[in-house]
Amino acid sequence: MWREIWLVCRKDLTIEWRARVTLVQIVPTVLLVLVVFAFALDANPSLLGAGAGGLFWVAVLFGAVLGAKRSFDIEAEGGNLDALRLGGLVPAAILWGKAAALALQLVLVGVFAAAGLLVLYSVTVHDWLLIVVAGLCGMAAFAICGTLYGAMTVGLRSADTLLPLLLIPVAAPVLLAGTRAFDVALGTSADQGWSWTALLAVVLVTYIAVGWAAAGPLLEDA
Amino acid sequence: MIETPEPDLRQQAQRAGSLSMTGSVATRVLGVVAIAAVGVMALLALWISPPDAVQGDSVRLMYVHVPSIWVAYGGFVLTAFASARVLWRTRSGAGGTHGVIADRQARRWDRVAGAAAELGVLFTALTLVTGSLWGKVTWGTYWQWDARLTTTVLLFVTYLGYLALRRLPAESRARARRSAVMALIAVVNLPIVHYSVDWWRTLHQEASLNLEPGGDRNITGEMYWTLLYSWATFTVVALWIGIHRYRVLRLEELAEEASLEELLAQRRDEQAAGR
Repeated sequence: MWREIWLVCRKDLTIEWRARVTLVQIVPTVLLVLVVFAFALDANPSLLGAGAGGLFWVAVLFGAVLGAKRSFDIEAEGGNLDALRLGGLVPAAILWGKAAALALQLVLVGVFAAAGLLVLYSVTVHDWLLIVVAGLCGMAAFAICGTLYGAMTVGLRSADTLLPLLLIPVAAPVLLAGTRAFDVALGTSADQGWSWTALLAVVLVTYIAVGWAAAGPLLEDA
Repeated sequence: MIETPEPDLRQQAQRAGSLSMTGSVATRVLGVVAIAAVGVMALLALWISPPDAVQGDSVRLMYVHVPSIWVAYGGFVLTAFASARVLWRTRSGAGGTHGVIADRQARRWDRVAGAAAELGVLFTALTLVTGSLWGKVTWGTYWQWDARLTTTVLLFVTYLGYLALRRLPAESRARARRSAVMALIAVVNLPIVHYSVDWWRTLHQEASLNLEPGGDRNITGEMYWTLLYSWATFTVVALWIGIHRYRVLRLEELAEEASLEELLAQRRDEQAAGR
């Protein structure tokens, strides 16, 4: 099972390495969102600094929507998903392999977005460990959720418009908890940063449990 | 439990053609009870229950607002439960006669999930509207970025998405399983909405009823009993609407099958005439 997951993950990462869609399209889009926020907030440094944690997660969520869509676009063409299953891969391996690949891509997106915050918003990080742990939990949760919804909408004619509508509200707990944890790590809030990170971990574990249960039903009908 | 065999598809189609209503004696009785209960509730909420010492008459909106969200929560929990049953019934490996029975039961649970989600969305919308009206009177604004308000809106949009997914044209089994997965993910949001007022401690009222043992009640007397009565009334109304929606979904399925069956019969006739 782990080997199959690694195979699917490596396949997706190889496709990404060759096409460089994340690096050339999704990362610039996420950075553009950070720039556009500055336009919307009149480039007010105090406002941008206060909202930096939330803006980071909103930008990454947009990236996750694009990444999830892309992840299943490459499978929809030519019936690749059927080919993977005919190749003997179990649905769970396909789902977790794709989720792992998406999570790694989102970590890349997150690194660039964090760099964008430091440069564009002039924020100061007070707790790097909190940033890293909360960031990894949040990216993994976005990736699992995005993969589940990508599988849910693959092949549907209105997938482009439906995916954001489905994914964004469900990802809101991650957005809320991630924002609160980042606010603490950036020194803009005196809240309980690790409690919010624990909530992120709980949501992540819940998504993992749902993912295990849902892989078969989703990919058998995809 | 002994399962009765599913009637022939053509018979079902004929039944679908002959059925134009979703009512029965039981639902008519339930409907009369629901309407009468709403009448009594209006009497209790508008006249018998006293105005609040702080909120004045605006507290009467709570008799709609609070039961609405309770019923909505109930609808979403039922959606999740029914969705779990759908996934269980349609798991791979169920074949033969057992598979047919399991598939039929899965379709029933799928209809329950759909009807319950529609009710949840309806009553969440009612909660948001009455909450906004109450906010205008009490806070001076229709909307505050309070945690519970915001997450309730997200819950509302989540289940709108769920209903959108259900409406997409797809093979019924695949659609049921996709919708079931989404419902189970969406239910993760429910506890966050419920406990958000404790987590964020913002503008929103504390819960009116603390159901924990020894918990304090924020309301007492006639207001307390009116609120409980309103909840019972809304539950009966939701049950009444829910049964009708379940039957409408069943008729829609039969109509779809009837159309397919008619087309197949037409095609067979054409082939026979061609010979």
